[in-house]
Amino acid sequence: MTMYMKKTIRKYILEHLLFTEDESTLQDDESFLNNGIIDSTGVMEIILFIEENFGFRVNDDEIMPANLDSVNNLTDFIQRKQVIAA
Amino acid sequence: MCGICGIAALSLEIKISESDVRSMLPSLRHRGPDGSGVYLDRRQRIGLGHTRLSIIDLAGGAQPMHNEDKTVWISFNGEIFNYLELRNTLLKEGHSFYTHSDTEVIVHAYEQYGDDFVQHLNGQFAIALWDSNRQRLLLVRDRVGILPLFYTRQGDRILFASEIKALLPQLSEAPRISPASLDQIFTFWAPRSPNTLFEDIFEVSPGHMLVLESGRLQESTYWDWNFPVLDGYLKGSDTELAEQLYYLLADATSIRLRADVPVGAYLSGGLDSSALVALIRGHSDAPLKTFSIGFEEQSLDESAFQKQMIDYLGIENSRILCHNRDIAIDFPATVFNAETVILRTAPSPMRQLSGLAHASGYKVVLTGEGADEALGGYDLFKEAKIRQFWARHPSSEWRSLLLKVLYPYLETSGTQAKTYLQNYYSIGLDNPNQPGFSHLTRWFTTAQCKVFFSKELNSALREDAVARLTKQLPSAFAHWHSFNRAQYLEAKTLMGGYLLCSQGDRMLMANSVEGRFPFLDHRVIEFANQLNPRLKMRVLNEKYLFKQAMKNHLPRQIIERHKQPYRAPDIPAFFSVNPPAYVDDMLSEEKLKRYGYFDAQKVGFLLKKARRGSSIAYKDNMALVGVLSTQLCHYFFIEQFSQTIREAGTAYPSSS
Repeated sequence: MTMYMKKTIRKYILEHLLFTEDESTLQDDESFLNNGIIDSTGVMEIILFIEENFGFRVNDDEIMPANLDSVNNLTDFIQRKQVIAA
Repeated sequence: MCGICGIAALSLEIKISESDVRSMLPSLRHRGPDGSGVYLDRRQRIGLGHTRLSIIDLAGGAQPMHNEDKTVWISFNGEIFNYLELRNTLLKEGHSFYTHSDTEVIVHAYEQYGDDFVQHLNGQFAIALWDSNRQRLLLVRDRVGILPLFYTRQGDRILFASEIKALLPQLSEAPRISPASLDQIFTFWAPRSPNTLFEDIFEVSPGHMLVLESGRLQESTYWDWNFPVLDGYLKGSDTELAEQLYYLLADATSIRLRADVPVGAYLSGGLDSSALVALIRGHSDAPLKTFSIGFEEQSLDESAFQKQMIDYLGIENSRILCHNRDIAIDFPATVFNAETVILRTAPSPMRQLSGLAHASGYKVVLTGEGADEALGGYDLFKEAKIRQFWARHPSSEWRSLLLKVLYPYLETSGTQAKTYLQNYYSIGLDNPNQPGFSHLTRWFTTAQCKVFFSKELNSALREDAVARLTKQLPSAFAHWHSFNRAQYLEAKTLMGGYLLCSQGDRMLMANSVEGRFPFLDHRVIEFANQLNPRLKMRVLNEKYLFKQAMKNHLPRQIIERHKQPYRAPDIPAFFSVNPPAYVDDMLSEEKLKRYGYFDAQKVGFLLKKARRGSSIAYKDNMALVGVLSTQLCHYFFIEQFSQTIREAGTAYPSSS
């Protein structure tokens, strides 16, 4: 489950934010902000991606790098939310 | 306004032929549809060409023009707004004139003052002046770069022209796109002057003079943006200084209304163009015709503010309603006119607007360009000020929250989003005194587009664009106030390299319309540069003194309005409905690979994202428009090189 989710997230980040299929360009613990993967508007795209693909709404107080700023953070965050929903 | 061109010999063996000079004229016809002329000197050392848009002295102003004994010749594009005063001075000095045009004034001013003649000119100009006695050619461009002038060396000849396309017929082969220029464009939005998009083709930089004499080319700066150091600012109360500014602006406007044809104005609904229209009305009771752009896309539309000014001042107005689809259809012609890579579609509606002015019978429009640069209006200046303030206490949470005043849309992403804000805008915070500090966020965001560069392009890049720019700054730069440093960078990168050319002159001239810019009168700039920065941005109130100067002449809503930057739809222009066929063609894997500038796979992903409508980020929008315009530039000026020359004078070459 986690593996599959992580793969989906990685595929999204690679294709939509790094515009490549090259897996080696993205580390799971790499900060999107600090490495210029997103700009000031990029976080909105990530939120849209989560909401469209994982079936829950991201609340205002959840928009923080600890939840959204790397593949690992995203995976943990989505898992936590899904557990709550289940 | 007009088009100028010419060829000069660098060695005695070379003779210039009239037909070579004539070959450059067809592609300048849009700049001067009312006539053309060529001067070839007796010894065939030089040929000057000219296409004319007649605005002053309609009957007598044909060019190239000469002095009393025909030893000094000139091909001139532009306007000298103080020509009446200058003419009177020169008449008293004993010069005699054979026309009433502003062009002839330049010739006599050169005789009177030598190379310093340019210091006496108030105007916008690109000048090619030939002094046959001394066998020297002068190429001169106005102080801030309103009018273009390009040149290249081809063997033992120097070719020069108002537009790059006019150089093409005299090149032995198609030009090449410069990797370093692409790097600069995908950082600063424009190549760094004197570079152009093309290798070995240069522009005469704003405020520069090139002298060709005895086979040597020498360049000098006769004017630059300059600011006081330490406390050398203008003294006086706010009220006194606001009054001085008002009278200066009124005069700058009034001399720009001099013409033998009707003069109109662009009205965006923002403070600057509204102030300009008010200044014109203050000077003249003649009916004033204004031209405006409305957008189908509501978030970009300023129609309500335009209407407010139209009602307030009782002026005539014609408007275009810009649809996404129009931008997509016009984009190739826009790029062809701009002759460079652009990262936004914003020039395209400006091209449509000059089309409307032309169709309404107007050859001249006044516009509000330059007020933000000279008088301190850009959000970027505020952003830099907040970031400076924040850098004094980088750990302060509330200091960075001031950024929300500036970018209110960020509010919607909730309180926690401030971490994002802080993170993003904290670039360079550890060294707020570094030269490019004010512009780092913009340059950094723009440079993200370089992710699409191909391996080949990347490997051709030598030096980081920002590092190179900071090395080329004037020595006084480090001693200026940080606000003035930001102004300087803005004037030298975005204004000169993009706003005044790609979005200015080239879009106006595409439809044979001349723009005039009262806020860029050098007296206004010099006055504004002497002001204490706190009078330009009082706390976070932009263009403070300008607002004080104009407050009795404008409705309060216009003065107090939150500034809206002029923008046009980028990705949505192409993909909100099916894009025109050329988009798929230019962005096809085959063309991307063949032209070689971009990584075809990466662009493929971007394209997929754009089609799905999920490209929101600025950098995606800039990247797509930048990639597409690069492909179009390659197509027009390299792949279709011969056809572009053959079809010179048409809107743009048809696809083969």
